[in-house]
Amino acid sequence: MTKKFRLKGLDCANCAAKMENKISKIKGVNSVNINFMTMKMSIDIEDSKSDEILESAVAAINKIDSKVVVKSA
Amino acid sequence: MTYNQKRLIKIIIGSIFFGIALIWRPSDIRIYLGLFLVGYFVVGGEVLLRAFKNILKGQVFDEHFLMCIATVGAFIIGEYPEGLAVMLFYQIGELFQSHAVSKSRKSISTLMDIRPDYANVETMGSYKTVDPEDVSIGDIIMIKPGEKVPLDAVVIEGHSSLDTSALTGESIPREVSEGVVLLSGCININGMIKARVLKEFGESTASKILDLVENASSKKSKSEKFITKFAKYYTPSVVIIAAVIAFIPPVILNNQSLSEWVSRALVFLVVSCPCALVISVPLSFFGGIGAASRMGILVKGSNYLEALARVEMVVFDKTGTLTKGVFKVQEIKPKAIDKHELLKVTAYAEGFSDHPISKSIKKAYGKEIDTSKIRDVKEYRGYGVNATIEGRNVLVGNKKLMDKMNVKNLDIENRIGTIVHIAIEGTYVGHILIADELKDDAKQAIVDLKNIDIKQTTMLTGDTKHIGEMVANNLKIDKVYTELLPGDKVDKFEEILKNKKGKETIAFVGDGINDAPVLARADVGIAMGGLGSDAAIEAADIVIMTDEPSRIPIAVKISKKTIRIVKQNIVFALGVKALVLVLGALGIASMWSAVFADVGVSVIAILNAIRVLNVKEHINKNLEVIAN
Repeated sequence: MTKKFRLKGLDCANCAAKMENKISKIKGVNSVNINFMTMKMSIDIEDSKSDEILESAVAAINKIDSKVVVKSA
Repeated sequence: MTYNQKRLIKIIIGSIFFGIALIWRPSDIRIYLGLFLVGYFVVGGEVLLRAFKNILKGQVFDEHFLMCIATVGAFIIGEYPEGLAVMLFYQIGELFQSHAVSKSRKSISTLMDIRPDYANVETMGSYKTVDPEDVSIGDIIMIKPGEKVPLDAVVIEGHSSLDTSALTGESIPREVSEGVVLLSGCININGMIKARVLKEFGESTASKILDLVENASSKKSKSEKFITKFAKYYTPSVVIIAAVIAFIPPVILNNQSLSEWVSRALVFLVVSCPCALVISVPLSFFGGIGAASRMGILVKGSNYLEALARVEMVVFDKTGTLTKGVFKVQEIKPKAIDKHELLKVTAYAEGFSDHPISKSIKKAYGKEIDTSKIRDVKEYRGYGVNATIEGRNVLVGNKKLMDKMNVKNLDIENRIGTIVHIAIEGTYVGHILIADELKDDAKQAIVDLKNIDIKQTTMLTGDTKHIGEMVANNLKIDKVYTELLPGDKVDKFEEILKNKKGKETIAFVGDGINDAPVLARADVGIAMGGLGSDAAIEAADIVIMTDEPSRIPIAVKISKKTIRIVKQNIVFALGVKALVLVLGALGIASMWSAVFADVGVSVIAILNAIRVLNVKEHINKNLEVIAN
C-alpha cells in the first residue's frame, strides 16, 4: 500500500536524500520517494506490519533531522 | 518568532562581538579570545548541539559536525577570527539558502495553484460550502465568478467565460454554456454557473494533474541519480583527504608546522557538503516539470524531461495529431445541378449511414432528413451507397463504384481528401470534397521544431499515399510512411528506432488512444489532447493538454533549458569546489572562500535553478503563434 506524508520542517536537501536512502533499506519498504520541494514523502510498504514499518521510517527520519515532524497527508 | 528570525538575531549578536573584538583588540589575550568565544557560542551553539546529538545517534559525517571540527579546529590553532567568521558566514549562508528554498517552494506552489479549496454544493435548495473531497458524482454545484471549478462537471445552467490558463497555458478565455464539460482547476471569470458533478475529486482533472506532477520526481533522471551517487562518496572522500593533508605532510616533510597543514585541511571540511548539487539539480527538474505543466504540458518524470532534451527526431501520427481528425465538407462541385440540390440529394442517400464521411455530409447539409423519402438503400461497403430519393435513383460513392456502374465523365481532382462522386439516374452530377483539416498551428509546429535543431520530422499514417504525401509536403515534413495498418505503425517505428545512432532519442506524437503501442515503444511518447482523455494520460510519457502540436517545440525548449541549467549548476558547483579544494591544499584559499564555496554556491545554484520557472517567454511566443 502507498501512503503519503508531509515532512514539516524539512530544510536540507541532502538530509532528504539520506532519509530516502535509509528508509529504502528498511525491510518491508517497496519504494520510497521524498520530494524536497513539496516536502512530501510517498512510501510503498507491505501491508502486513505496516505500523511497524512506518514507525521505523519515522525513526529514520528523525535520526537524520530531529526537527522534522511527520504528518499524514 | 520563526526559526530564521532567531537565526538572524543570533547572527547579528555574533557579528557585534566579532566587530568589538577586531576594533578594540584588547591586549589581554583572554578577553580577546573570550569575545570571540561568546560570539561563537551565540552563533554556532545550535550547530554544536546538533552535531553532538547526531554523533550520539551514529551520524558522523554530517555537515554540522564537519563545520564544528572546522571552526573548533581554527580556534585550537589560534585563528580565532577565522573560527568565528566561518561560523558566522556559514549561518548567513544557511539563512540565505533557507530563504531561497522557501521562495522557490512558493513559486512552485503558485505555479501549480490549481487545487480547489472548496465547493458550493446544493442541498435542499440552498448552497453549502464543503471540502471538494466530500462531493459525490451527480451533486449539483454552483461556481461563482472568481472561483475555481472544484470538480469535473457539466454545466446545467448559466454561461460564463473560463480562464483555463493554469491547465493549458492558454490565455484566451473559453466560453462555456449549458452542456459543456468543465474541468476542475479552471477559474470562472464572470458568470454564475450551475453544474452537475461528473467525477469525484480524486479523479478530477486538477487532482490528477497535481498527482502526476508531484509524483513525476520519483522517476529520476540520470543527472539526479548521478548526484545521489556522487553525494554518497563525496563527503567521506573529502574528509579522508582532509585528514591526510592535516597529518601526513607535517610528518613526512621537514620544517612543516602542524597548524599550517591543519588549517589547510579545515578548508576541506568546510566544502564537504554536496548541498549545492543535491538541492539545485532536483529543483531544476521539478521546476521544469512545473513550468511545462503551466504551459499545458504534463511531463510524467524527470527522466522523460531529460530524454526530451535529447530528441533529434519527432515522429507524428497524422489523423488527430497534425489534423483535426474531423472530416468536413471542403468543396461542392455540381455539374448541371444546383449546389444545394446536390448536397441535399447526397445527404439523403447517406441518410442511414454512420460513416464519418456520411456524417460530415449530413452536417454540411444541416437540415433534418426526412427518412420517409429514402427508399431501396443499398450499401456497398468501402465504395458507397445507392438509394432511391423521391423516386430518383441516386448513386453516391468513390471512383471505383462509378466505374462499376458505368458512370462516365467523372471530375478528376488532385486535392487532399476524399472525393465523393454523385450520379442521378446514371448521369454524373458532380462531386463533394471531404477532408480532414490541418490543425491551425501544425505548420508552425514543424517550423518551430526545425528552428530548435530537430534533425528530422516523420509522419506515419494509415491514410492513402496520395493524401499522406500531400499533407507531409504541405507541412514540410521530411519523411512520410503511408497506408499503414495499426500494426504496421509499430513495425515501422521499430525500424526507425533501429536506425538511430548514439544517444539521440526519438519522440512519437500520437492522439493517445489508437497509438498506445507506439507511444509505449518510443523513447518519449507524447499524447495529444489529454484534457478529458484518461487513456491518453495513461499511455504517454508526456501529455499535451491542449490539442496543439505547437506545444511540442515548447516542451522541447523547456526540457533543453532545464538540462542546460542542471549542467551549469553541476559544472559551477563542482568547479568552484574543486578550485577551492586545490587552492586550499596549496594553502592559498582561506576558510572564508571555503564557506562561499559551500553555502554561497548553493544559493547561486538555487537562484539559477529557479530560472526554469520563468515560462513567460514561452507564453509570449505561443501568443504569436495564435495571432499568426
